[in-house]
Amino acid sequence: MADFLLEVGLEEVPARMLAAAQAELGTRVSTLLERERLLAAGAVVTTYSTPRRLAVLVQGVAAQQADTEERLTGPAWAIAFKGGVPTPAAQAFAKKAGVGVEQLVPLATPKGEYCSATVARPGRAAAQILLEQLPKELAALNWPKPMYWRPGKPERFVRPVKWLVALLDESIVPVEFAGVTAANVSRGHRVLHGAAPVVLGSPTGYREALLAARVMVDVEARRHTIRKALDRVCRTVPNARWREDVALVDTVCHLTEWPSVVLGSFEPRYLALPEEVLVTVMRDHQKYFAVEDAGHTLLPHFLTVLNTETDERGESTIRTGNERVLRARFNDAQFFWDFDQKIPMVERVALLEKVTFHKDLGNYAQKTGRTAAIADRLATLAARRGVAVDQAALALAVRLSKVDLTTELVKEFTELQGIVGGLYLRHADGSSTGRLAAEAIYWQYLPASMSDPAPPTAEAQLLGLADRVGTIVDMFALGLAPSGSRDPYALRRAANAVIKILAHSGLPLGLGEILQAAQTDAQGVTAVHGFLVERLSYYLRETIQLPADVVSAVLAAESESVADAQARAEALAQVRGTEDLAAIAAAWKRSKNILRQAAEKQLALADEVTREHLLEAAEQDLWQAVETLLPIAERFRAERNYGGALEAIATLRVPVDRFFEECMVLVEDAALRGNRLRLLDRIVHELGRIADFSELSPAAESATAAVASSGAAGGATA
Amino acid sequence: MASSAIQSPAALYPLTFQELLFRLQSFWAERGCVLQQPFDMEMGAGTMSPETFLRVLGPKPVRIAYAQPSRRPADGRYGENPNRLYKHTQFQVILKPPPADVQELYLRSLEAIGIDLAEHDLKFEEDNWEWPVGGAWGVGWQVMLDGLEVTQFTYFQQCGGMDLDPISGEITYGLERIAAFLQGVDSIYDIVWARDPETGAVVTYGDMRLEEELQLSVYSFEAAEVDKLWEHLRLYEAECSALLGSFQDASKLAGAHAKQHERLLNEETAKPAQELDLRRFPVLGAYELCLKCSHLFNLLDARGAISVTERVAVMARIRALVVGVARAYAAQGAATMQGAARETRS
Repeated sequence: MADFLLEVGLEEVPARMLAAAQAELGTRVSTLLERERLLAAGAVVTTYSTPRRLAVLVQGVAAQQADTEERLTGPAWAIAFKGGVPTPAAQAFAKKAGVGVEQLVPLATPKGEYCSATVARPGRAAAQILLEQLPKELAALNWPKPMYWRPGKPERFVRPVKWLVALLDESIVPVEFAGVTAANVSRGHRVLHGAAPVVLGSPTGYREALLAARVMVDVEARRHTIRKALDRVCRTVPNARWREDVALVDTVCHLTEWPSVVLGSFEPRYLALPEEVLVTVMRDHQKYFAVEDAGHTLLPHFLTVLNTETDERGESTIRTGNERVLRARFNDAQFFWDFDQKIPMVERVALLEKVTFHKDLGNYAQKTGRTAAIADRLATLAARRGVAVDQAALALAVRLSKVDLTTELVKEFTELQGIVGGLYLRHADGSSTGRLAAEAIYWQYLPASMSDPAPPTAEAQLLGLADRVGTIVDMFALGLAPSGSRDPYALRRAANAVIKILAHSGLPLGLGEILQAAQTDAQGVTAVHGFLVERLSYYLRETIQLPADVVSAVLAAESESVADAQARAEALAQVRGTEDLAAIAAAWKRSKNILRQAAEKQLALADEVTREHLLEAAEQDLWQAVETLLPIAERFRAERNYGGALEAIATLRVPVDRFFEECMVLVEDAALRGNRLRLLDRIVHELGRIADFSELSPAAESATAAVASSGAAGGATA
Repeated sequence: MASSAIQSPAALYPLTFQELLFRLQSFWAERGCVLQQPFDMEMGAGTMSPETFLRVLGPKPVRIAYAQPSRRPADGRYGENPNRLYKHTQFQVILKPPPADVQELYLRSLEAIGIDLAEHDLKFEEDNWEWPVGGAWGVGWQVMLDGLEVTQFTYFQQCGGMDLDPISGEITYGLERIAAFLQGVDSIYDIVWARDPETGAVVTYGDMRLEEELQLSVYSFEAAEVDKLWEHLRLYEAECSALLGSFQDASKLAGAHAKQHERLLNEETAKPAQELDLRRFPVLGAYELCLKCSHLFNLLDARGAISVTERVAVMARIRALVVGVARAYAAQGAATMQGAARETRS
């Protein structure tokens, strides 16, 4: 068995793209080898990456495909040989197959005896196959933002390709891609190793050879090195630790080939600035790690991960340089912070009149005015239902919610919108109302994505809901509803946040009620309601990972309460794969079909199901079962014990199946027919309040059931 | 290291601001770049100079380098902020098509200005440049030197909404930042601009520019008359728009005439009159009007006269002009080349 190494040398690849590209290249190479029967059993595939390279090492590659035989079938035997003599048909077939006519043998098939030839297919060399196939695999790599660089635009790739290494054991496979021919020469660290070629003797020597050229190709090793170095350097400050930041470790790992860490410091006076501002500057703008004490209080230090290793003089230069940059940024932040304090939050309300929200929707003062009305109605409703809301704090929060748009700090650090408003108010107003309002302002933009939590306080939740629902309703009224990929005002994201807040907060507010609070006209309500229900469906499918048909079934029954819809969907997903439920789904479909046909033919339903019109034993039994079941199911439903309710409904399977086997519904006799129709109607409507079971798809049954159960298993282990 | 025409008066001193410019100019001139003077109009970035924005269009190879004073009225700080300026200086290099070793060349240019890479931390971090108003974007990096962004490195992909082929490599050095870095000063105003070789007396950046920063900040934030700015914007916009309109008419005519010309080629060889008109059409004049509009927009923005949404609408208006000019420039270039090709044939 041979080893194979592929390395693609590149100009610096964006850090955010490296991990996915590394994995994809590994999959592409191993899939190619497998498809071509070149991957040995037990082969080991290892992938590497640095900003300047992607690499795959496969240990266990067959040098040659195994020979195979192929049996070709030709003309009917009787046509190929007349009295044992080959006809032109036999000659032609033998020629096409590349064998002598005497090698043709008869083959019995269901259609009779046919001419057959066995052809040997010699296996091809791995080197040849790789040479042919790898360029296609490289070209097919998926990049979020690819570029052209060569005249004539022959290929698109993330950044220009600088070199290729393709080694099958010691032999070069001269793969060509993007105008580069593969050899056995890699490159080392730009500065620490320089331009000298790194000649690779064998695939398995790759990691070591690159280490010698001051490149750590193993990502995990690099991550480990960075963590250890952060620990080590941080220990030089007493009682200090670096603030854990998995995403930042990942980023700097993908920005370095030979990482080391330097500790820098800043003037303690900057610690008077809010931690949020300091950390945003360090993390988002400079990719520095914050340093804190055991009580998580920031210390006036930072850690920066270098893509080099240098002597003390170099370290001192680098430290000074980084400190100067940070000082300048903190200086700016300090300036903006002080400058902003000159105009109190309350006075800034007037400034909002100069900040346009939308040309047809007026300025932000008007916008917050509308938000205030919505928030007030929602708060009243929630308070009536027992939610503790400080309505004065909420009103203050709404009034000041957008004033930080007028601050220099937010103009500079837009990602701190809301947070800055909250901080300024907390700074200015120490009253309990002020504190609550400050928190509401601070958290109002949560969740920014589906992985974020909902805001922690009722006032923040209500502010977030009122602001977003107001925007959605206003934009819809202007005909700016999202369509396809066009969603310039990010209304989908706003609606996703509305759903998530409702799902997580436990606020007892229904979607319809919220829209009513936003006071849309009737037409607007329908469109926005549909939009919100669609986002609810998206949330249940994509975030909670429930099967699509379960979600449709549940939302077809009822979609007012987000939390309730989620509870029903989760219960239904649990039992959705069972035979009983499949039978119930089938019965529901059948019932709905019959009811539709009846409606089309304008056949009347009986006002009530009456016993004397129940002729057959099957329908009597079914009615008996339904009458027993209705109060039980209703009680479970009222208790929100949807699992119990569904279990109860599932018991209907036997009588309902028997009913459909033994009874015709659309019979001539109007009284009999009307009675049976009413029976089906009551089942479908009164037992269908949890879900419209007819929406469950029988075809996808087993497949989605498997997904659901593996999802559940995953949830259990997490 | 590239030799430089003008040496530092004493090796002890880091490069002055003007020496930094000399070094970069000689470095790139030695690598085949034509040195151009700054474009003599107000603009927000070196990219907007026609030397970049228009020359990246079309197939003709380009190597050009120039310093461009770049005005960003909203960034003015009355000369009080040590890191921010109303007007800063970009050194811009355009390489079309980019040579295969363009990154290496860039690193050598850093060495040429006295940066020993062994003693610094250098990273190429993803930063994709975009100028929506120009329908222009590219992919590339911000080059980070000890945590400081010293250069924007871009592979232009589109300009005026048109795909580029060949593409251009663009290197934009932030001269003030680099000078402050080299000289180890915390304030831009403390940068040594020039040092008298005989007396050693220095002239600082502050000596040269502080008043300008103060006064132009006052103008941009306080004194500029908003109504007048809007009026100027409308006037320039209207003129540019009218020019583009007549260019379209002229090019339609020229197109029709060129077809006719092809048919008549065997009978007569006279040059079509409309084609001549197209070639002398003042597309470059129209672009200068775009630059006026863009700067007026920035002033209005600094005056706080443009709301968030108006912003989108006004930008769309200017975008229509800028993209229109880019298309006209490309069409004019193509027509001129066709004309030249016909001349060679006939």
